[in-house]
Amino acid sequence: MGNTYDTRTKEVTAKIPFPQDLLDKIEEITKRYPAGKQKSALIPVLHLAQKHNDGWLSIPVMDYVADLLQITPIEVYEVATFYTMFNLKPVGKYVLEVCRTGPCCTRGAEKMIEYIEQKTNCKVGGNSADGLFTIKAVECLGACGYAPMLQLGDSFVEFLTEEKVDSLINELKNK
Amino acid sequence: MSKKLLLEHINVPNILGFEAYRSKGGYTSVEKALKTMSPEAIVEEVKKSGLRGRGGAGFPTGMKWSFLAKPEGIPRYLVCNADESEPGTFKDRYLMEKLPHLLVEGMIVSSFALGANTSYIYIRGEYMWIVGILEKAVAEAKANGFLGKNILGSGYDLELYVQPGGGAYICGEETALLESLEGKRGNPRMKPPFPAVKGLWQSPTVVNNVETIAAVPWIVNNTGDEYAKIGIGKSTGTKLISASGNINRPGVYEIDLGLPVDEFLNSDEYCGGIANGKKFKAVVPGGSSVPILPAELFYKTANGESRLMSYESLADGGFATGSMLGSGGFIVYDEDQCVVRNTWNFTRFYNHESCGQCSPCREGTGWMLKVLHKIEHGQGNMEDIDLLWDIQRRIEGNTICPLGDAAAWPVAAAIRHFREEFEWHVKNPAECMVRNYGLKKSTLELSFN
Repeated sequence: MGNTYDTRTKEVTAKIPFPQDLLDKIEEITKRYPAGKQKSALIPVLHLAQKHNDGWLSIPVMDYVADLLQITPIEVYEVATFYTMFNLKPVGKYVLEVCRTGPCCTRGAEKMIEYIEQKTNCKVGGNSADGLFTIKAVECLGACGYAPMLQLGDSFVEFLTEEKVDSLINELKNK
Repeated sequence: MSKKLLLEHINVPNILGFEAYRSKGGYTSVEKALKTMSPEAIVEEVKKSGLRGRGGAGFPTGMKWSFLAKPEGIPRYLVCNADESEPGTFKDRYLMEKLPHLLVEGMIVSSFALGANTSYIYIRGEYMWIVGILEKAVAEAKANGFLGKNILGSGYDLELYVQPGGGAYICGEETALLESLEGKRGNPRMKPPFPAVKGLWQSPTVVNNVETIAAVPWIVNNTGDEYAKIGIGKSTGTKLISASGNINRPGVYEIDLGLPVDEFLNSDEYCGGIANGKKFKAVVPGGSSVPILPAELFYKTANGESRLMSYESLADGGFATGSMLGSGGFIVYDEDQCVVRNTWNFTRFYNHESCGQCSPCREGTGWMLKVLHKIEHGQGNMEDIDLLWDIQRRIEGNTICPLGDAAAWPVAAAIRHFREEFEWHVKNPAECMVRNYGLKKSTLELSFN
């Protein structure tokens, strides 16, 4: 088995098989549960798989994970489609997830979403043409006291202002 | 000045590390429990303390623990619910980020009390950096003999694991959480059987909120009777309140239950009053699911007493004139905030987060969302307001889990207390659109991804 390609775009859709250190990590996670309950590792493993696979889960990756955990592919699909953190189509290099729920909106989250769309030239739910950004409007991330806010990877950017967005976008563009 | 039972050491340098935490008396409850107490004695202390579930339901923790079935030869589990997703709530995150060892200590003592040898902390996936903080604390506790085999020579074994979720509000409901921990979609289970009898992998399981577990070490160290002396009536102890919205000092505050709401909202020790000199309009005192209270009903209960930050006082008057303490997600609205828009926003949240199992919730939240969108965008009529009332009434109580109620209550309360604002939207359609908060377009067009 090697990398899988999209037959039309020739883009890699699945970086499989996983490297040994990732497989070791997955092995370690499955040992946290009683024998025969390795399916419990599915969500933690999908997070690792998504990170490895450029931020999204393609069908071949999900099939591969099913194989690793000895469960059927549908058991992986139904989980991957249920939870909002899993991306089922390619995403930009940086995924900006901006909170749109009530408490953030009392402090201008909606305007901030518009501003970010304008700065990245990218609509909510879409990817920017340069492949750098994906913008998602998401539900409450548990940072209501530090609103408005967005999530970037494993960290939060809080107390957003237009200036803060400017410098964040510039920093990411020049990285 | 409220007592600090949970956050006392929050500003100690390096408190994230084992050494600093230990030097402040950390893990003494584990020593006391494992060396001098029986599991039953700990459950008894927690019962005496009057501690109630801090996730939102407020169910007495000691009673929940005593329901745990103990059949021979079947493992029991303790699962910590760190899937904090209720809009307006960010206290568990604060506790875990700042005092990870307090949660680990609480998990050890509580697991011992329940006879669990494997325990899990299920944390929402969006808090991924906290997974690292907690795993480091777990590893340090293990390296110092507080986790693993034969803890402190007591013969008690415990393994503790941190499990991230995948992003779903519904997994804060305990049976959905267990489904998710088993690697499935977060669809809540029918009850009975309750998790105390058939929980994780069909074994007896207790699910407790982060803040609940974190309160246990203090109770073990100082006795349940001492804990029960703090607070008021059946609202014992301290509570973390997440304050957000149009206030001067948003953040997490630990209060003695029973603090007057006036002091909490207006004193500089807590929220510091409404920001920018605006007028206070309304508050959602316990997370987005609880009824919104207009300013005039907030300060006084129905019989004219000062309202307090407690389970009973905030609920005084039922839903007619009261609300709920819930998770302690305290969201404050100033005069510029639109109740219709906020209700539409919250309904969008519940529609997005409904697992889809029960028709009243799956279809009802979508229907309410469409009607609220119409009204907020100047296309509503008077019948729509009654229609909304009708829909929410048919969702409430007709679903497997409380998400249906949680979606219905904010809509009901908004109409009950702010009907004239809905009517204003119907009568002034053009102004609804012009106002639009300075936005160029309607944010309904935002995709659901």
